[in-house]
Amino acid sequence: MSAKTIVTTEALMKVGDLPLGLTVQPGSTVDFKTGDWRSALPVLDREKCSYCGFCYVYCPDGVYQDMGPEKYYKPDLDYCKGCGVCAHECPKKCIQMVIQEV
Amino acid sequence: MSAPKGKSDSARAIGLEVSLAIAEAVKLAEAEVVAAYPITPQTHIVEHLSELVANGELTAEYVPVESEQSAMSACIGAAAAGARTFTSTSSQGLLLMAEMLYIASILRLPIVMAMVNRAISGPINIWNDHSDAMSVRDCGWIQVFAETGQEAVDLTIMSFRIAEDPGVLLPLIVNLDGFTLSHFIEPVILPEAAEVRRFLPPYETAHKLDIQNPLSLGALGGPEIYTEARRALDLALTGAKPRIQRVFDDFAKVFGRQYKLVETYRTEGAETILVTMGSISETAMTAVDEMREAGQKVGLVRLRLWRPFPVEEFRAAVAGAKNLAVIDRAMILGFPEGPVATEIRALLYHEKNRPHMTNFILGLGGRDVPRSHFKHIVERVRELGASGRQGRYELVGVLE
Repeated sequence: MSAKTIVTTEALMKVGDLPLGLTVQPGSTVDFKTGDWRSALPVLDREKCSYCGFCYVYCPDGVYQDMGPEKYYKPDLDYCKGCGVCAHECPKKCIQMVIQEV
Repeated sequence: MSAPKGKSDSARAIGLEVSLAIAEAVKLAEAEVVAAYPITPQTHIVEHLSELVANGELTAEYVPVESEQSAMSACIGAAAAGARTFTSTSSQGLLLMAEMLYIASILRLPIVMAMVNRAISGPINIWNDHSDAMSVRDCGWIQVFAETGQEAVDLTIMSFRIAEDPGVLLPLIVNLDGFTLSHFIEPVILPEAAEVRRFLPPYETAHKLDIQNPLSLGALGGPEIYTEARRALDLALTGAKPRIQRVFDDFAKVFGRQYKLVETYRTEGAETILVTMGSISETAMTAVDEMREAGQKVGLVRLRLWRPFPVEEFRAAVAGAKNLAVIDRAMILGFPEGPVATEIRALLYHEKNRPHMTNFILGLGGRDVPRSHFKHIVERVRELGASGRQGRYELVGVLE
């Protein structure tokens, strides 16, 4: 192409590199980082957190990890889609959804 | 007839309803899974297949599903497991199946389907035209049109070989006209089983679900991959064209009947060329003979391959014609021409020496297409001449 304006692309893979029939290898979903779908980020106030585990239980994507001796739950931001269920369900209201600028 | 016969073949021709002959061809192809739901005028094909399976003449899994959507879903599952898979449908059944057609092609599963062409309702109509085929024009399947019973049989056998070609791996639709072809009793040569087995060995593929080598089919393809995926499918479909002709040629070597992607009939020196698809081509050939005898320079071009569109072959077939009369068996509502004419006009747009082109739509919903239609069309083309009305269809025989 000789046009001056460069077309940017968000393509993951070249046409010729796609597997036949778009098959996907087992266990590869972990590489599919869905966190960039998110527009709001859960921010935890650890002062108010009672380590009840509601966020861990209610998260529809299971992104919260038990931090054990540190006594809180931490979202894996590679997969958190920012739905806000954790903030809504938190009995201590210690999770705030903060809008992320793109 | 469209194809020459081998020397010893004429003695082997038997009178057979074309639907039953197609079922026999599927038996000869040793299909392993048939999942289908009956719908007029396709019913006789799957009915006979279910008999063949029940009688033990065909060792296959026959899945009597509850709808066409399920039929195609079952076919997708079977093909994904590596089975040679066949189904058949028509019209409303096709519409119910439609969403799964697009899945079969993107997954590159070589399912073969006989589409017994019937008008789409409404008004409710069970008779023949091409509105069903045109409604899934862009589903990513290879699509061919049969003219005769023999051709329907031969295309069915060849279709498995084409679809399963490791360089193709695409599903394939064999279109044949409902009733006017499917329910006619024609002389048909059923090839020898041993010869078919040599021509079409059992389907072996690595592209399948395998418990030893697990993979997923049908994953999400978001904005970051959808464009590339559609491009890859288009390349696969257009890239299948030379391989389709190669299978036609290999078939000719074994069985003596030679097919081409685009067939010409008496086009030498033709001023006006008719363009047809499907069984009306047989009537058109007779009409061309009669017009030639009357001294008119008329020829015929028949599209056997519809998808991928045989662009170069078509251009070569119509080169030198002064007038093209493109015949459609379906309408595009809200657009001035039918689907076949629209595509051909687009193809010819960049040609230096474009023929004059007119679109005639006929034979809708089972309306008869006699030889006189083609003669009328040629007269109309002459009447319209160089300054003729172009870019708008004429509906042959419409009462208004």
